[in-house]
Amino acid sequence: MQTDEVSLKKRAESATEKKATFGEDFELAKYEDGSKVSKPIEDLQTLDEESKRTLLQVGVIPSEEGRSGSFLVLDNAVSHSSLKDENVELMSTHEALEKYEWLKDYSWKLVQVDADKYTAKTYLENADGYFIRAPAGKKSSMPVQTCLMLGSKKVSQTVHNIIVVEEGASLDIITGCTAKKGVEEGLHLGISEMYVKKGATLNFTMIHNWAEQIGVRPRTVVHVEEGGTYISNYICLKPVRSVQTYPTVMLEGKGAVTRLNTIAIAHLGSELDLGSRAIFNAPNTRAELISRTITIGGRLIARGEMIGNAKGAKGHLECKGLVLTDKGSQLAIPILEANVDDIELTHEAAVGKIAKDQVEYLMARGLTEEEAIGMIIRGFLDVGIRGIPEELKNEIENTITQTALGM
Amino acid sequence: MLKIEDLTVEVNGKILLHDVNLEVEKGYTNVLFGPNGAGKSALMRTIMGFSEYRIVKGRILFNGEDITNLPVDERARRGLGIMMQRPPDMSGIKLRDLVKVASKGKKDPEKLAENLDMKRFLDRDVNVGFSGGEIKRSELLQLAAQNPSLYLLDEPESGVDLVSIEQVGMTIKGLLEEGMDCPGKRCKKGKSALIITHTGQVLDYVQADKGYILCNGTVMCSGNPLKMLEEIKNKGYQECITCRLMK
Repeated sequence: MQTDEVSLKKRAESATEKKATFGEDFELAKYEDGSKVSKPIEDLQTLDEESKRTLLQVGVIPSEEGRSGSFLVLDNAVSHSSLKDENVELMSTHEALEKYEWLKDYSWKLVQVDADKYTAKTYLENADGYFIRAPAGKKSSMPVQTCLMLGSKKVSQTVHNIIVVEEGASLDIITGCTAKKGVEEGLHLGISEMYVKKGATLNFTMIHNWAEQIGVRPRTVVHVEEGGTYISNYICLKPVRSVQTYPTVMLEGKGAVTRLNTIAIAHLGSELDLGSRAIFNAPNTRAELISRTITIGGRLIARGEMIGNAKGAKGHLECKGLVLTDKGSQLAIPILEANVDDIELTHEAAVGKIAKDQVEYLMARGLTEEEAIGMIIRGFLDVGIRGIPEELKNEIENTITQTALGM
Repeated sequence: MLKIEDLTVEVNGKILLHDVNLEVEKGYTNVLFGPNGAGKSALMRTIMGFSEYRIVKGRILFNGEDITNLPVDERARRGLGIMMQRPPDMSGIKLRDLVKVASKGKKDPEKLAENLDMKRFLDRDVNVGFSGGEIKRSELLQLAAQNPSLYLLDEPESGVDLVSIEQVGMTIKGLLEEGMDCPGKRCKKGKSALIITHTGQVLDYVQADKGYILCNGTVMCSGNPLKMLEEIKNKGYQECITCRLMK
């Protein structure tokens, strides 16, 4: 064990300057390390109105109504953790590693410490984060909500999360990543390792709402066992400097299934490099990777990759991108790889403007041009994400209306 | 109600319609006959205002107002409604939502859909994977919600099976007669319509007042629609072209 840690440390140290394969390279030295201590917040409702609104905008409900638990990380400090459902466990990653000897076999096992300088930094800082576990056969009736918030200017936040959904269990998680009002510059590095065991289901929704000068580098790997299901929804509709992420789902057990939905809007000055990858390592596994993106001036890169290594694998990759202004750009990069026979991988990619005949069809029913475009955008972004709170729905609605009007 | 004067229309630089003159009087149901490729759909889509169709010459009057340069939505708001033959797939837009906005929230989509046996389509994406007959019923459902004063119906019976044709025909009849207490007052109080038909089947359900024959991008003649249909069935359109040439 000791030697394990030594070798991980060595590997991480060798990667502190290693640039990531994709995305703008952020100079880590320019950012101060986020504080590891903060005043605990007993009740999220006691937060000021501004902070509460910030939480709501990323799907985190301060009253905790309809949520089985809540967890808040402010910069690098866990500042709130509460739980009301016995069917789920929620605590900080550090606490969990102390409590469960077995957890070390899950920590830094999916995400490589030397993947790039961001993973290296997160490892070397011994970053904390959330640990969520659904014990075997347990189903939490409501989602657990977590929030990762940048609370200070020009700091780098490093987070390490581990999720374990045990055999036959079912868990919903809503994670909101955001910055406190006034924090316009910073860096968020988030490591997430997720384990979906035999016959288990994990429904993971992540909402990003950052600011103009924030760099975001999430690193996520998901391991799905036999008959397990992993569903991910990623939503990013607000301005941000740069998000680069390429979550990977490894389908390791027979009949494992995954679906990843990405919906994003790239504003002027934003670069969103959003990928999703599924690796079919077991027979009869299935994946659907759906990306619906819009640019209104920013650069959008939609990557998708499916690697079929086992018979009976079936996957569909869909990258659809709308370009609503001349300033923005869309780049769709679908990759399909089949390494054995009896595999069916397909992709559908389309980038371009909103079809005029669709707009006029709606106008012929009496809608104005803006209303028609709004309705089309709404439909375009609707990939059937469940469990989004009303406030966030309204927020999305407003963003779409603004987008349609701005055309 | 609708008056088209000397209309010439091009698409991508190609003249599709030229010197078209046509009228739909208030409360009248007029029929547009013509062979494939004559420009019937193009004429209807031009009347609705689709931007692909560029008007080179002539004008379109609706209730006395020149609507030649009005955008599609303005025409819809003034009372024009179209049933398209090949509407675009509207991915992500549920039929229920479109029916709701078309009626400005005034009508219950469930109720309207019931009449057309379209309830199970309300939560499907508009036109996506719809069969020919389903498209017709979906278009009629949207029109029922929209409640226009002039219906532009592009081949309402094409692709509809024999059982559903009665449903489509009766629905159109119902829409055209809406708000009428006595059939005798049709011309004063009923809705107006311009209908494109090849088979004439729809004329079993609605009372047509006047027929126009469109060939090679222009109106060849007008007259009694049922007689015209009879002639076309017997002799085809070649006769019309020859007849026109002789004039």
